[in-house]
Amino acid sequence: MAEFLNSIPTLLFLIILPAFTSVILIVIPSRFAKAIRCVSLGCSSFVSMLTVVLFFSFDQSVTGVQFSDRYEWLSIPGPWGSGEGAISLILGVDGVGVTMVLLTGIVMLAGTLISWNISTFQKDFFVLYFLLISGVFGVFVSYDLFFFFFFYELSVLPMYLLISKWGSDSKFATFVRSSEYSALKLTLVLVGASVLIWVSIVAIFVQAELGSFDINQIQENGIGQLSVQFQNIFFLCLMLGFGVLAGMWPFHTWSPDGHVAAPTAVSMVHAGVLMKLGAFGILRVAVTLMPEGAETWMPLLFAFGLVNVIYGAFSAMGQTDLKYVIGYSSVSHMGYVLMGIATLNVLGMSGAVLQMFSHGVMTALFFAVVGMIYERTHTRDTLVLNGLTKKMTIIAIFFAMAGLTSLGLPGLSGFPAELLIFIGVFKSYAIWGPIGGSLAIVGVGITAVYILRLLSRVFMGPLPEKWDDQTDANVREKLVASVLSIVILVVGLWPFHFFKVIEVGISPLLERLA
Amino acid sequence: MNDFTLLIPEFLISGLAILVLAIDFFLKNERKFVLPWVTFVGLIFVITVLMVGINNTGSLYGGILQFDQYSSLFRVVVLALGACLILMSRNYVNKYLSYPGEFYFLVVITVLGGMFLASSSELLTAYISLELMNFGLYVLVAYERYNHKSNESGIKYILLGAFSSAIILFGISQIYGLLGVTKFDDIGAQLLVISEMSPGLILGFALILAGIGFKVALVPFHMWAPDVYEGAPLPITAWLSVGSKIAIFAVFMRFVTEGAILVSSEWRLILILFAVLTMVVGNLGALAQSNLKRLLAYSSIGHVGYLFVGIAALVSVGDQDMLSTSTSHLASNGLMFHLLGYSVANLAVFFGVILVYNESNDDEITSLRGLSQRQPLVALVMTCSFFSLAGLPVFWGFTSKFYLFSAYAIQGLIWVVPIATVTSLISLYYYIKVIRQIYIENPINGITALPVPYLDRVLLVLFLVTIVIGGIYPALLLDFIQSATDILISGKLI
Repeated sequence: MAEFLNSIPTLLFLIILPAFTSVILIVIPSRFAKAIRCVSLGCSSFVSMLTVVLFFSFDQSVTGVQFSDRYEWLSIPGPWGSGEGAISLILGVDGVGVTMVLLTGIVMLAGTLISWNISTFQKDFFVLYFLLISGVFGVFVSYDLFFFFFFYELSVLPMYLLISKWGSDSKFATFVRSSEYSALKLTLVLVGASVLIWVSIVAIFVQAELGSFDINQIQENGIGQLSVQFQNIFFLCLMLGFGVLAGMWPFHTWSPDGHVAAPTAVSMVHAGVLMKLGAFGILRVAVTLMPEGAETWMPLLFAFGLVNVIYGAFSAMGQTDLKYVIGYSSVSHMGYVLMGIATLNVLGMSGAVLQMFSHGVMTALFFAVVGMIYERTHTRDTLVLNGLTKKMTIIAIFFAMAGLTSLGLPGLSGFPAELLIFIGVFKSYAIWGPIGGSLAIVGVGITAVYILRLLSRVFMGPLPEKWDDQTDANVREKLVASVLSIVILVVGLWPFHFFKVIEVGISPLLERLA
Repeated sequence: MNDFTLLIPEFLISGLAILVLAIDFFLKNERKFVLPWVTFVGLIFVITVLMVGINNTGSLYGGILQFDQYSSLFRVVVLALGACLILMSRNYVNKYLSYPGEFYFLVVITVLGGMFLASSSELLTAYISLELMNFGLYVLVAYERYNHKSNESGIKYILLGAFSSAIILFGISQIYGLLGVTKFDDIGAQLLVISEMSPGLILGFALILAGIGFKVALVPFHMWAPDVYEGAPLPITAWLSVGSKIAIFAVFMRFVTEGAILVSSEWRLILILFAVLTMVVGNLGALAQSNLKRLLAYSSIGHVGYLFVGIAALVSVGDQDMLSTSTSHLASNGLMFHLLGYSVANLAVFFGVILVYNESNDDEITSLRGLSQRQPLVALVMTCSFFSLAGLPVFWGFTSKFYLFSAYAIQGLIWVVPIATVTSLISLYYYIKVIRQIYIENPINGITALPVPYLDRVLLVLFLVTIVIGGIYPALLLDFIQSATDILISGKLI
């Protein structure tokens, strides 16, 4: 299978197929609702199957980039000569990338199924949705700084319309937070953060003096040009720029608002995959190209991550809107990812990547289930929802599944990931590691508090009469939730394959650091 | 020996202008709809002639007109955009303007001026070509006779335009008086010889910069732009922000690279400061606008800022203030690439505005409410163009901005990059304000389909495809731009 995937431009397909689907959908008139759904589902299932096959064909015994491809795109004349192919579409995946690709494939399929019965402008929704997916795949497989950034921006671009057009407002006691407000906030904050990334990429390009945006080439030949001072400045820029998308405190406030306002599928993709782009960017660009800068600034990332964990968990505890609870719990969980990356050792960083995967699937399940509840009861207020288990048993089970993953129950995917991160954290930063680690474990405790409280409030107790005629999940919804749950179980019970694949991607990074 | 075949396109265009005027005499009013078609076909014919028919390298009159890949590129671009403009404006002219014959005549004259600007390489020729273009525009801006705003903007434009022309002339006379030459490359050669810049010479270059600044609305000479843009008939607003800018940048780039490049590093610094100011003022100014034309006026001021930094980046300052163009290929490419990308996207936006205006007679931002439901294609093309102007990917604007900003960085202006990207972010905000009207708001008077003729749809799709191709397969265009750059930069290693 691996040979076959190598013989065709597999990774290019991952980017082009969703984009191509967008174009096809534009052409189909919107009155053919069935055709639109079929094309969307067809593309999603095919692409997600491709990602699964890709993941299991990934050779975990060799380090380095696999399935690589290169297409020359643009030349940049300069002191280095004519600069043929200075910008090329260089594709490839390492262990980290392939894991993220698999995550995207799974969440994408689930999101498509969940959006099955969007009633307004479904065609336009899917057009933007697939554009977004195309961008996300692009980031995970690009080894060229220009294209990395290209796809990074592309995955932010459709967000504004997706959230403001199909999103929902949230009502607070004294004010209403409109979906447009959240969409605008999200777009401007993310594009604003990418200013830092843009500047850093251009700076790296100029400083490396190679006339190339190729990450591997800069890393092999140009890293000597990047002085320690340079790295200290621009690592910080990249860390903050990517950190914003990863929901890093104190730049996280766009994320709960955005998640809450977005329609279900977009929340799933956004919390599940898009936030991972930030953490992935720190690994792929910042740590890879500027190891010395990494050593300088990692303690800061560690501290920020720790604040994320604790602060996010406390914020989640104070929310009465189901989606806000999950939005803040995402902030909290991304804190573990950042802490894991900041350890700069194999265990911690692999744990971080595994946590990215686990959290992506888990939070997608969370948002899917909340979406199901909202569709039925038209409220997300935890003070109003009560005793839903009686009518929605299956939904309750899946919610519990996601909740237990979130608080790190052994046997589910959250446990191995967080365990690895904690071990990594305890091994790093002399005395500060164990202190931070202990605090982070307290964070898990707080998570348990708010998740279990939520379960008891929303699903246990007496069912109000007005919801007597509620129905349980239908087949399509069961399918979505069970696919995600199965992935959670697989990773929880059999994490070794995942761990090995991720380690193959992480260990070359660390060799360079040492 | 002068080879006048080089001027065939210009002769043809002059002929076309007179032909349009002549046909107009013999047509009844209800038959005048043929005029835009005659003009359009004529322009397309000249493009064909220019691209395949004739020899277009050489020089005329001892080198005051230079015909090379550089001028060909800009001549074709001005012609092509002019042809698009004619198609865009035909329904607008029918509905809102009297005397269509003279309208098309004048547009063709401005195209002619633009073509001469692209190939002139001497100060006075450049000046005359500039005036040729501007005189057409002076009249066109005030073309809506009974509209007070149009009249007001006509007066403003002609007064300030005449004033800035006088300033340019004064600058030219200073340079001629002190150096005794007016050809760009002679100026460059003379500057190499003299050891010290005299104050008069500096004044001359400064005045030329100021005059050009007036013409392209460089801050602090931009005050006229929003008012004139608002008052002018919509197609002319589009042409002001696209056609005239392209032509002026074409000649200014040649002037800078061939002539003024050696003036001094201080001149470069002034240029950059003005340019940075332009980005900031243009983009901040646009935030407060509720009128589409004014918003687009400010946004185009912002883009002039990016382009002027590119002009400054045409030369790099090395050790001991040594000026050099050895690394300028990227800057020159990026500048032209962004200029073209800006023009296409801006023209596409204006096309959308014109289509809506034809029906609603309203150019406030709110006139676009619910456009996505009334006419999805127009909505899509406008949105994509706005994203392109803001510099978001898959669109031309992203690639060209990335390319151009990389050029800044390579030429030692990396400190401009954060300012430029932040101002792009600001521009995204006000473009989103418009996009919000298009996609999020519902139409005011229920969903009434906006009629768009099939031909206009084709043109819209063409714009969209161009913007996307510029974003994902720029190599196609950059080959042409690269050959133009080679003319501009090569052999001038100092």
